[in-house]
Amino acid sequence: MSAHSIQLDRHGRLKHFLTTEGLSRDILTSILDYAESFAGVSGRAVKKVPLLRGKTVANLFFESSTRTRTTFELAAKRLSADVLNINIATSATSKGESLRDTLHTLEAMHCDLFVVRHGNSGAAHFIAGQVADNVHIINAGDGRHAHPTQAMLDVFTIRRHKPDFESLRVAIVGDIAHSRVARSKIHALSTLGVSDIRVIAPKTLLPVAIESLGVRVFHDLHEGLREVDVITMLRLQRERISNAVLPSEEEYFQCFGLTEARLSVASPDVMVMHPGPINRGIEIDSQVADGARSVILQQVSHGIAVRMAVMAMVTGAASDAGSGAD
Amino acid sequence: MRILIRNGRLICPLQQLDDVGDVCIADGRIVAVGAPADGFSADLEITLEGEFICPGIVDLSVHTREPGFEHKASIASESAAALRAGVTGMVCPPNTRPVTDNPAVVELVRQRQARLKQTRIYPLGALTRGLEGRQLTAVAALRQAGCVGLSNADRPIVDTEVLRRAFEYAASFELPVFIHPEDSYLRNQGVMHEGKISTRLGLPGIPETAETSAISRALLLIEQTGVRAHFCRLSCARSVELVGAAKQQGLPISADVGICHLYLTETDVDGFNAQCHLWPPLRTDRDRLALLDGLRRGVIDAICSDHQPHDEDAKAAPFSSTEAGASTLEALAPLAFNLVATRAFTPTQIIGALTCHPAAVIGIDSGSLTPGALADLFIFNDRQQWTLSAAALTSAGKNTPFDGWEMCGRVMHTFIDGKPAFTYE
Repeated sequence: MSAHSIQLDRHGRLKHFLTTEGLSRDILTSILDYAESFAGVSGRAVKKVPLLRGKTVANLFFESSTRTRTTFELAAKRLSADVLNINIATSATSKGESLRDTLHTLEAMHCDLFVVRHGNSGAAHFIAGQVADNVHIINAGDGRHAHPTQAMLDVFTIRRHKPDFESLRVAIVGDIAHSRVARSKIHALSTLGVSDIRVIAPKTLLPVAIESLGVRVFHDLHEGLREVDVITMLRLQRERISNAVLPSEEEYFQCFGLTEARLSVASPDVMVMHPGPINRGIEIDSQVADGARSVILQQVSHGIAVRMAVMAMVTGAASDAGSGAD
Repeated sequence: MRILIRNGRLICPLQQLDDVGDVCIADGRIVAVGAPADGFSADLEITLEGEFICPGIVDLSVHTREPGFEHKASIASESAAALRAGVTGMVCPPNTRPVTDNPAVVELVRQRQARLKQTRIYPLGALTRGLEGRQLTAVAALRQAGCVGLSNADRPIVDTEVLRRAFEYAASFELPVFIHPEDSYLRNQGVMHEGKISTRLGLPGIPETAETSAISRALLLIEQTGVRAHFCRLSCARSVELVGAAKQQGLPISADVGICHLYLTETDVDGFNAQCHLWPPLRTDRDRLALLDGLRRGVIDAICSDHQPHDEDAKAAPFSSTEAGASTLEALAPLAFNLVATRAFTPTQIIGALTCHPAAVIGIDSGSLTPGALADLFIFNDRQQWTLSAAALTSAGKNTPFDGWEMCGRVMHTFIDGKPAFTYE
């Protein structure tokens, strides 16, 4: 079973959402279009639609998370689903229960949809291969592999400002090697027609064969940012310094931190994105994070609409999921 | 017992023999090859239609999981699988529980094997106590107990001084050391080949330098200490180059490759396929072709199964949390023979890599079809087609990457000590 075919049913519709890799332009576009139809819901006085009424959504978080879990929870509630939050990091598996047993226990409670975050790459694929046919999986981040809803909310935010993907120049800056967001975003953007995708980082933060994903590599921020329309900054984990991947936070900020001055070579209406949480003064200067070009908070609110769209599509609640918006 | 096998295709790589004829066996020994001995009367007569008659396979790495991991497999279950696979001798690594680092464990294994009267077991002793890479083991006692070599199994020795001393000590007792070349620092948390697929899947990679730098370090110490060394499971093209160059210089070394590495590559891991989670990792197609070329040129001496049976749970987890290794015994002979048809090897090249060459590595008198030799042999029909099914494996480990593969060729009979030990029905 290949990595991406597992997420489609036999009619080619989205059944699980595990990775942006291998999905057609049509499916990705229909996620964006469908999310657009939900974007208004959050602003209404009654913030609910009844699409998932009677369904149970379980948030299975094997890694701690605040913003991703909260936006999934809100998305499910706005679709009128019952929501179960299970923080596995402090629950069954710490008592020695295997992942399979945990899953089967939850399945016996008749959950319809699992939103899964796990520290191991491939965990969501593994779980999708284990559950019954009528149970759906959404990957909320697996190891370094994929974080497809984050990628789609980023793309959604970009499309709202710059809908012409073919002419777009996009730079991703920072710890690409350990970033599931970077991988998912690269796959989504290239499928949607972006041909100029750049990654900017020292070699220690880049996977060996990153060019094979169709990106250009820069080790110099100034060079890499020339004329770009979108910049995505990635969070830097402190352990990269203790693990001999980087010498110091100071040197990193000096070479790869985003400041107002550094933005001067980019396109004048460049958008600055960050999947959060932000390390101010390490990968990004506060002036930029809070500045006019930053769309960081828009990303968060778009996250709810995108997650509503994906939940409705995988469960088949969307009337015409997979081929267009309703 | 006296056995006459008629009209087989006799393969004995040691004598470069590839000819149609008969074999006579009496009292555990081969008594005639080619034409039957004058006046030979048999208790059992088998007439073939040109099937291969080969010396029994000597497999340089079979994990029986006993003692210590009987929930995965046992000496009994894996001996039965070995017989079905034409394997008459298996070398068992010391990473048992307790570790095979003292004569008592060797004795325990030998006793359990003796009760079965099946495939012969050639244990490897631990190169360091508890495989911890710090203290030497009692090599003289291990040799006395029957160990054919020493190995630190899947726990590479980090301390270079310890490695040097272990080599020197092993050399003093003329036991070969089996080296799984890997620099554990470079491996870090890696679970697959570092390359295109690991980049896409976001799985931590094992760079090829983890293997090649360990080979280079070992080669220099082999040169210094004069120990006889065997490199286990080469996985990359550069390793073949390094070993080939060192052999040309005359270093006393040999090398093997696992059968999976001749057929599978990193792309088989795609989709997080835990059955292809192996150690060393499957690498690129270029590496695979270089391993085949190394085999052809004799840089790689032997093909082994690297058989690692697992329980179901060991593979039922997200990829990084699964255990490495595949259950491969029963695929070994058909996949190895298949190289004759698909890769233009001669039958003697392939049978040599399965029999007399590995026998020479561990210094045993086996792997030939000559009068007077031990009558360990197997009969192989290279025309029988069958489909490998994980569930139908005799091994207790159903963890095969070859589930559903069309196989061509089947082991029909296995003889050990001149007695029929397995017949396909």
